[in-house]
Amino acid sequence: MLNNLIDNLKDPASYLYMLFAILAIGGGIVMLNSAKVVHMVASLAVTFISLAGLYLTLGAGFVAIVQVLISAGAVSILMIFGIKLTKHRHDGEDEREEAEKVGARSGHLHEILAAVGVLALFGVLYYAIRKASFPTAPAAEPVNTILATGKLLVSRYALPFEIMAVLLTAAFVGAIVIAKREEE
Amino acid sequence: MSGILSPYLTLGAILFCIGLFGALTKRNAIIVLLSIELMLNGVNLNLVAFSKMGVAPSLTGQVFSLFTITVAAAEAAVGVALLIALYRNKPTSDVSEMDELKH
Repeated sequence: MLNNLIDNLKDPASYLYMLFAILAIGGGIVMLNSAKVVHMVASLAVTFISLAGLYLTLGAGFVAIVQVLISAGAVSILMIFGIKLTKHRHDGEDEREEAEKVGARSGHLHEILAAVGVLALFGVLYYAIRKASFPTAPAAEPVNTILATGKLLVSRYALPFEIMAVLLTAAFVGAIVIAKREEE
Repeated sequence: MSGILSPYLTLGAILFCIGLFGALTKRNAIIVLLSIELMLNGVNLNLVAFSKMGVAPSLTGQVFSLFTITVAAAEAAVGVALLIALYRNKPTSDVSEMDELKH
C-alpha cells in the first residue's frame, strides 16, 4: 500500500487522500485520549467532516453532503445535547478519584485486553486487504453522480427509500415517546 | 489516486478499530454511542470506495451507504433518548454503573 502511495505522490488526489486520512485518524486518536466529553464529540465531528471530504474525492457528492448534514451536523449536535442533559464527572479530579475507588488495576487490565483484541482484529483485516487482489476497474466515465444517485433513489430503489422513511419516522416517534417526561 | 482501493480499505479498517476500542473501553455512554457511529462510518467508506473502484463499479454502493447513514442516525436518536430516560431513573452516565439487570 505504501509503495503504491509513493508511486502516486505526483497525483494531487493522493495529497488530498493523505490530508483527509490523517485528519480522520487524528480525530479518532484525539477522541480516545481527550479528557473532556465535549472535546471527544468535537474531534469526532472533525473525523466525520474529513470522511465527507474523502467521499468527495471518491466522486460521491450526494453521500458527502448527506454525511455533513447528518453525521457531522445532526448526530454531533444530538450527542452534545445528550451530554448537556446528563451529568458527567469527567472534568478533572473527580474521574481520577472515581477510578481509584473502583480499582484502577482492573480498568487497566480491561483496556489492555481490549487493545490486544482490537489490534488482532486490525491485523487480520490488514492481512486480508493485502492478500486480496482487486482487478483494475474499467475507467468510470465521468457522470453527474449527484443527479444519478438522486434518480436511482426515486426509481430503482424507491421502495427501500420509502421503507427507510417509515423507519426514520418510527424511530423518531419512539425516541420522543421514550424521552418524554412521564406525567404523574 | 484512481484505481487504488487498498488505502481506502485500510483507512476504513483503522476507523473501525478505533471505534471498536472506544466502544469497549470508554465508560461514558454517549461516547460509546459515538464510537459505534465511527464504526459505521468506517464501513461506509468501504461501500463508497467499492462503488467507485471495485470490480463492478456502480452507484449502488453509494445508495447503500445512504441507507447505512440513515440507520445510524435513527440508532443515535433512539440511543440518546434511552440514555435520557435512564438518567431520570438513575442519575449516571457511566456504563459500568448501568447494571440493574444483574441484580
